[in-house]
Amino acid sequence: MTTLLPSTDQVWDWLSEVPDPEIPVVSVTDLGIVREVRWDEGTLVVAVTPTYSGCPATAVIDLMIETHLREKGIDDLRLERRLSPPWTTDWVSEEGRDKLRAYGIAPPVDGTASDGMTAGRAARLSGKSNLVIVCPRCGSNQTERVSQFGSTPCKASYRCRDCLEPFDYFKCH
Amino acid sequence: MPSLPDAATPDAAALAKQAAAHQSHDPHVADVDLQPALFDWLCRMGDNSLVLGHRLSEWCGHGPALEEDIALANTALDLIGQTQMWLALAGEVEDAGRTADDLAYLRDTSKFRNLKLVELPNDDLAVTLMRGFLFDAFHFELLKELAGSSSPRVAEIAAKALKEVSYHLERSSDLVVRLGDGTTESHERMQAALNRLWPYTGEMFKADGVDEAVAEAGIAPKLSDVLPVWQRTVDDVLSEATLAKPDRKFDAQTGGKQGRHTEHLGFLLAEMQFLQRAYPGASW
Ligand SMILES: [Zn+2]
Repeated sequence: MTTLLPSTDQVWDWLSEVPDPEIPVVSVTDLGIVREVRWDEGTLVVAVTPTYSGCPATAVIDLMIETHLREKGIDDLRLERRLSPPWTTDWVSEEGRDKLRAYGIAPPVDGTASDGMTAGRAARLSGKSNLVIVCPRCGSNQTERVSQFGSTPCKASYRCRDCLEPFDYFKCH
Repeated sequence: MPSLPDAATPDAAALAKQAAAHQSHDPHVADVDLQPALFDWLCRMGDNSLVLGHRLSEWCGHGPALEEDIALANTALDLIGQTQMWLALAGEVEDAGRTADDLAYLRDTSKFRNLKLVELPNDDLAVTLMRGFLFDAFHFELLKELAGSSSPRVAEIAAKALKEVSYHLERSSDLVVRLGDGTTESHERMQAALNRLWPYTGEMFKADGVDEAVAEAGIAPKLSDVLPVWQRTVDDVLSEATLAKPDRKFDAQTGGKQGRHTEHLGFLLAEMQFLQRAYPGASW
């Protein structure tokens, strides 16, 4: 018996309906964590990369992808974990950035990933972070970092000096 | 810690084998001559991040400020995530069917290969932060070298971990400077922490046969090459923090890498391994 396998484009569309469990306004494809979709004979292979190695959402994301694709009629499915190249926030789509902003989270500023000592030293010498993170609520660039870590490993805590609201920054990684 | 997809699929072992078969090819993984040393070395990598990660997790709910509490817990999470990758690879190299969980939860003290530095109790925040900095400076440099390892499997884990550890080092060096060059009390406590931890730092750079074998194979750098970079980082940060480098031997306390631990590790494992020991094979 032969059945027509759905196209990989179709599968990508389905995957764009799977939300991130911690920031449900963005999908797993918006985040750029789905690295490959391919057919291996009759088995659908979806390669997923973790955002942070200890991210507790990783297992939940795998389960949500599996559940969603099974609902779409995919019986033969294999999820692969891909470490290399490591995930970077540069892979967050434009659409994903707009959705984050609308949700009250400042999207990552590209090319500002932590460089350990160098970045730390620069931040210390200037007395504050050298990044300009725009407030997602009022658009002000008068913001300050409250904490390098936020409610999840991928976020830092910021405060706006104009509208005085605290907000999360999806930090560059 | 069984992951949800594993729990939902009937044959996790078969799936793991299938997934392993699709990993990038790495000749070192199946190298019989190298196997004992590589297994031991991977356990050292995994056990350092596991034991330090567990120590940091002990702060959860006890941090001096909410932001610190969150930062310590997040750092712990990064390290435990890295542990899963190192110990899973160790299990693959050993080829005796042991998973990362088996290695983490079912080995006894003498089989742990972590540095004594990371098993010491947290004591106060000064000791915790100073230990973090002394280890992060080493960890960062080591991972940077490992990202160019001759083993593609080691290189990809290192590249992933490096991104996280660069944050750890940024944070810990910043805090060492702020507290060292802070109030009289914070300065004194940071200096006391440094003096206490100093004799444990030399173990990071003391190479034995295992370290030499993996360096020989191009998998890991020579520890003697990592030392000068670490010294430079430590000198820089300590001088900015107005702290004095202790004038005493830095390698008086060694043996953890060979399984000879302080009494503190047993207590840590008793807590960490309790559930898996009391309820073997428990799943939830
Ligand atoms: Zn604002």
